[in-house]
Amino acid sequence: MSSEASKAISKEELWGGGRSPFSVSYGKMMMWYFLVSDALTFGGLLIAYGVARHSSEFAWPIGEQVFQALPGLEGHYPLAYVALMTFILIVSSVTMVLAVEAGHRNHKKDVIKWMGLTVIGGFFFVGSQAWEWSHFIHGGGGAFKISQAMTVTGTLADGNTMQFDLNSADRIFMDHHFGTLLEDYLHGDPEVTMVESNGTVTLTGHGHTAALEEVMVNKYVEDAATVTGADMMKLWNAQASNGFVFGANMNENEYGVQQQYANFFFFITGFHGFHVFSGVIINLIVFIMVVRGVFERRGHYEMVEKVGLYWHFVDLVWVFVFTFFYLV
Amino acid sequence: MERDDLIVNESYALNNTHNDEAGKKIRRKIWVVTGILTLITIVEVALGIAVKRADSGLWTTVKIGFIVLTLVKAGYIVMSFMHLGDERKNLRNVVLIPYAVFIIYLIFIALTEGNFQLDMFEMFH
Repeated sequence: MSSEASKAISKEELWGGGRSPFSVSYGKMMMWYFLVSDALTFGGLLIAYGVARHSSEFAWPIGEQVFQALPGLEGHYPLAYVALMTFILIVSSVTMVLAVEAGHRNHKKDVIKWMGLTVIGGFFFVGSQAWEWSHFIHGGGGAFKISQAMTVTGTLADGNTMQFDLNSADRIFMDHHFGTLLEDYLHGDPEVTMVESNGTVTLTGHGHTAALEEVMVNKYVEDAATVTGADMMKLWNAQASNGFVFGANMNENEYGVQQQYANFFFFITGFHGFHVFSGVIINLIVFIMVVRGVFERRGHYEMVEKVGLYWHFVDLVWVFVFTFFYLV
Repeated sequence: MERDDLIVNESYALNNTHNDEAGKKIRRKIWVVTGILTLITIVEVALGIAVKRADSGLWTTVKIGFIVLTLVKAGYIVMSFMHLGDERKNLRNVVLIPYAVFIIYLIFIALTEGNFQLDMFEMFH
């Protein structure tokens, strides 16, 4: 692949006109220029996210505590799903580079095989992102605000207990089962009933029963802790009216008091997802062209290389989104 | 416009083909890079889980580690998967240098501004 680039060409010949000084075709060079400008867009978005975070006076939601669900499983798997998505995209990048390599051998069958797998990997990624969005929008149980300042004792993840001085309007988080039924109940679903007695709250409906067994403070930031028993009921009874928030939308989100957190999630991963989606479509078009033998007749598979550049770029952006949105 | 995606002379890399022998070597390199990228992702997630943010001194180190690992990953993708390492040096520089200069400047100026905004807010709030 490097034969053309490493060829020694005299300056007079290289810059004397009639040939590309970069030894690449117009199309490939313009793809690189486009990618530089697109990379600036993504760079700008991630830096804007950094500015929002650095200038925020409140604790910013932590990736490991917001993104820890896996489809169809109970329990906590911090960032496992996002890591899986990263892996899917890396693998589809690998199949793409193998398709480019097969193109350099003019091996149509191999190009078809690897391009096909790349398209499938792309659909897998878009699908994963759809699930992630759906989970983010529905939330992990929701939260309510309290109407007055109070002090409660909570149990940290490592088993130690700690006093929490809460201010009015601080958020108290409910577990997933209770929160889901409560959301239906608050929306006036006639099938869901709530019973409050002897220091317990029980919701029944749609074939499920969920009791309020514990609530959490600081669920998505440092020092997340569970509160049970009398302190829990104290918090429940102090809930502010209209202080409920479930999941995330364009106006509110349960993860952070900063709405920018949800908005940046929607915009950055959405803009990236749109790139992936258009990449899959372009890959599909080139795949069909390969199958129909267009490039075989042309004598080279440079088009595969050019869409490959775009596809790798999408992977490249995700690597940065993974680090700066989820990890750091 | 004149088409330049047809092979008319040797000046472009369009007819830059290689044989099965060379292909094998290239493919081996691709799989090695795949392994490295996967390993880095696993290490990043493991570090994120193992190190608690409350341990702020260690966490700062881990954070810098994340950024370094990300740049290593990006380097492999750009240089190996996107073949920028195999292009002529002037194309490589035209792509990388303006981007690096601009983005480093933007990071510096924007984050400085963000921190200043927080300082002012805390001072006057």
